[in-house]
Amino acid sequence: MNLSLNWLSSMLNRSLDAREVGDLLARAGAPVEAEEALHQDLGDVIVALVEKVDKHPNADRLSLCQVNDGSSVVEVVCGAPNVTAGKKYPYARVGTTLPGGLKLESRKIRGVLSNGMLCSAKELGLGVDHDGILELNTDAAPGTRFLDAMPLADHRITIEVTANRPDLLGHKGVARELAAAYGVPLRLPPFPGAPTDVREATRAKGAGAADGVEVRIEDAEGCPRYLAAVIRGVKVGPSPDWLQARLRAIGARPINNVVDATNYILFELNQPLHAFDLARLKGPAIVVRRAKPGERITTLDGVVRVPDGEMTMICDATTPVAVAGVMGGQNSEVSSDTTDILLECAYFEPRRIRRTRKALKTSTEASYRFERGIDLQSAPAALRRAVELLVAVAGGTVTGSVDVYPSPVHEPTVFLRTDRVAHLLGVAVPVGDIERHLVSVGFAVAPKDHRLAVQVPGWRPDVTGEVDLIEEVARLRGYDNFPVEIRAFRPSTVPDDPGERVKDAVRRLLTGRGLHETRSFPLGAQGSPEAVELENPMSAEEAYLRTDLSPGLVRALEHNWAVRERDVRLFELGIVFRKPNAGKRPVETLRLGAVVSGARTPSHWTVSGKALQYDRWDVKALFEEAAALAGAFGRVVEDGDGWKLEDASGRVCGWAGELTADRPAWAASAFGFELDVHVGQRRVVVFAPLPGTPPVERDLALVLKPGVRADQVEAVMRRVGAPLLETCRAFDEYRSEQVGGRSVAWRLVFRAGDRTLRDEEVDAVVKKIVGTLKEELDARLRES
Amino acid sequence: MRDKLNDLASAAAEIATADASRLAELKVSLLGRKAGKLTELLRELPTLSHEERRTLGAQANELKKKIEADIDERERTLATPSGAGADVDGSMPGRQAWRGALHPVTLVVDEICEIFRELGFSRVTGPEAETEEYNFTKLNISLDHPAADAQDTFYVGQGTLLRTHTSPMQARVMETNKPPIRVVVPGQVYRRDAFDPSHSPVFEQLEGLAVDEGLSFVDFKAAIDYFVKRFFTRDTVVRFEPSFFPFVEPGAQVQVQCVMCRGSGCSTCKQSGFLEIMGAGMVHPEVFTRCGLDAERYTGYAFGMGPQRIAMLRYRIPDIRLFFEGDMRFLGQFT
Ligand SMILES: [Zn+2]
Repeated sequence: MNLSLNWLSSMLNRSLDAREVGDLLARAGAPVEAEEALHQDLGDVIVALVEKVDKHPNADRLSLCQVNDGSSVVEVVCGAPNVTAGKKYPYARVGTTLPGGLKLESRKIRGVLSNGMLCSAKELGLGVDHDGILELNTDAAPGTRFLDAMPLADHRITIEVTANRPDLLGHKGVARELAAAYGVPLRLPPFPGAPTDVREATRAKGAGAADGVEVRIEDAEGCPRYLAAVIRGVKVGPSPDWLQARLRAIGARPINNVVDATNYILFELNQPLHAFDLARLKGPAIVVRRAKPGERITTLDGVVRVPDGEMTMICDATTPVAVAGVMGGQNSEVSSDTTDILLECAYFEPRRIRRTRKALKTSTEASYRFERGIDLQSAPAALRRAVELLVAVAGGTVTGSVDVYPSPVHEPTVFLRTDRVAHLLGVAVPVGDIERHLVSVGFAVAPKDHRLAVQVPGWRPDVTGEVDLIEEVARLRGYDNFPVEIRAFRPSTVPDDPGERVKDAVRRLLTGRGLHETRSFPLGAQGSPEAVELENPMSAEEAYLRTDLSPGLVRALEHNWAVRERDVRLFELGIVFRKPNAGKRPVETLRLGAVVSGARTPSHWTVSGKALQYDRWDVKALFEEAAALAGAFGRVVEDGDGWKLEDASGRVCGWAGELTADRPAWAASAFGFELDVHVGQRRVVVFAPLPGTPPVERDLALVLKPGVRADQVEAVMRRVGAPLLETCRAFDEYRSEQVGGRSVAWRLVFRAGDRTLRDEEVDAVVKKIVGTLKEELDARLRES
Repeated sequence: MRDKLNDLASAAAEIATADASRLAELKVSLLGRKAGKLTELLRELPTLSHEERRTLGAQANELKKKIEADIDERERTLATPSGAGADVDGSMPGRQAWRGALHPVTLVVDEICEIFRELGFSRVTGPEAETEEYNFTKLNISLDHPAADAQDTFYVGQGTLLRTHTSPMQARVMETNKPPIRVVVPGQVYRRDAFDPSHSPVFEQLEGLAVDEGLSFVDFKAAIDYFVKRFFTRDTVVRFEPSFFPFVEPGAQVQVQCVMCRGSGCSTCKQSGFLEIMGAGMVHPEVFTRCGLDAERYTGYAFGMGPQRIAMLRYRIPDIRLFFEGDMRFLGQFT
């Protein structure tokens, strides 16, 4: 919402400082988004008195003026027909830069030196020229800054208005908050030239008439109140300068006096109005009703609309002439020929307007306000002020007005318990203060049985309950005026999410291994038939939720390659989505994914040549360790060139292996893994007593037949070696024709908890292991 | 042949103690291409019987590997100066390992949660796909009201949506726990906003909720003030201004003194000297009622903030998109 500081100032009858007003409004709940001093580019223009006007010796249309600029009298050539001796005009001295960037120099015009320029409104960026240069009606002495002499020096303040405060969408509502803050009265100044005898509109139930024009509400649900005034004999034309200046100050474009007057009231009182050309209303009548099947209307923006039966329309005796609360129709638009006007001032039901403007995909200043709820009670006052303004700027006379109000409602009363104020705010606010605060912004307060009966004014539709009033008290007292004081509290009964513990453990593991945590964007192209599709995506490339983390990780990998980062180590913990099994909500699974590529360690000068590169064995170990921390209890098994993680029931819940990526020639292979994070029982660590006996080591080099796997061998070792075998670990692999294929060496560590093992004892176990391996897997010892 | 192998093995034992010149001799005498003893021995292999060739061949090859490795290691040791008077260049770099870093959003979220833990808040998470009921209705947000326009929503079918804020967890926590409730809820949220340097359709939010008998606006202000001063600096000025969110009343917007200019005004704070960091307020009684708690008996406060935005302020990150790229040069800065 754009505000003019002058406009606000005129209602408070005092000068205002833009910065201070901004602070006050922020404290009232409407923070300032922008603040701009207007027309600062006119700072060098001054008021000058033309003392004498002569004809230019060499040109009929030009005048030669003696101009008093306060310090001296200079000669200025002027081309405007209206220049008159004894009058004052805006004057730009030599050296002044005008809006648009024109810098004035003294130059010869038809042989006569002209020192500066007498300016027109257009040259000053103040609108269109009427008669030439801008004649100033001012007492200011020559030499006075033009901005100081004219009411143009204004500030535009843009505030953010929350959806609950429609009253702040008008200058009056904002001024009301300022009046409360400054402790000054709020008064709307009368318009120059306005009639003083405009009467309040005549009340009517469901239908009435204004100067012979029938006004009837058939859809009272969509339109609880409709006021109309008939003004005859207007002259449509440009608005006076002050009105144009006001509108320009808030960024609105002046159109003609009738439209400008309605806009002015909209921005002043937050009451949208609409002016119909009375001559074009059939009947003449106004009927407020739902749209009928087959009806169409061409709105002011030139679009043909086909309203549905849920929309409230303003119609004449036969056809729609406006979409209620949204936009008028071309068929009843005011034109330069218009002489008689029907001025609409109505209240439309907020949800109805919201629905209509959404269905028509057209939001207007009017619909924006109606859907937030305007002031139902103050409509008659708004109509009267609108009529005053209209007659002041466009002439004519009011010949009748009507206020059709089928079911009048009173201002609601909300009760406030003063002890509840203290209970919720934590500070006892004296009753007198509560009353004073509420009254300052227009509530009427009366004590009633230990409570306050608070009457809510029409412009505050947001206040419906006690807590709304408590907020008002807090707001008007000032949030900063409550203490900051840590008081005793009871601890939470809610347990921590156990998943956080698992995530922490995974993060410690993988950052410890040198991987950086990343977060990839969870929307993308369809990742699998199981992917959840967005109904209203922003683009086709981001129309699905991810089903896996690896596409995002591969994208990140490729991004790094694209910026010439060769060594990439990333992991991600994130949610993936699949279509719902049953019910409505998609299935969400917490996933862990990782990718590594490039050097396994940073290079070091003691190791010449190229550092070792990550390979599948790195990723297998990471996968196993991560699975042990975060996976379902299960096992890692071979799967093609890679591995998969199976849970106890055999369901696959993770994989590891080489990744396919768009790899530049200089980049290393990439490996990765991904697994479902399973939040299981917390692992309890129980201390194992340190061994008091020495270990005995034996190395076994075995020649394995094709197809025999190391884990099979180890399973035999553990089974047969128990209980003396403590660990067994493969430490070498050798492939050669000479050994007849593949030979793998294991280091076995034996230990007895209660005694030192003798060699013979160990040899016997080893022999038994070797025998069983031969028997079950046809594995034999490598001869030496 | 077997003897020769044994001889070679004992000769090889000398490698470990040989000085540089002796090592060079050994290298030639054992592995020399022409007259190296081991080389010669390997040349003899084809003349042996098949059986011998298999067993001795394997041993000879293994011995060759070992000798090569031993010589290599000894050479390295000799090449590295040590001991008194040796010319060690200690300015050469030490041997490093890769160091991984947590994502800046994780760092910020963890720190916020830890600070609120000092105030007795536990940490929970909730679903990202939500129902209209939890995302809006239970939070007193009517889709009929313009207040809902602030949350342009992605729908995924059957009235299900991607949560537009972490606030649905307020309802879920209140429905499944008895007060006193004190929780913080970090998590990802979704809005139909175009990407720009400060907006993303997906971003992190962190919700807080405290519910008990007798919690007041003073408790609320104190908790937020405590957090801000712990997270930023003790002398950071905190400002509370009225604002509107349908699920809190009184509603507030919390601003902190600009971290860039310390309040004097700069481009980050649009010359205001303050930065908005969270929306907050006292839980609206209607929310209690809709979540099955007695609104007369219980009061509480709630707040929501954007860890990405806070991370951007803390680490002076200029563009939100950096959070999603997985750029090693970016992520590596947070070790
Ligand atoms: Zn700043």
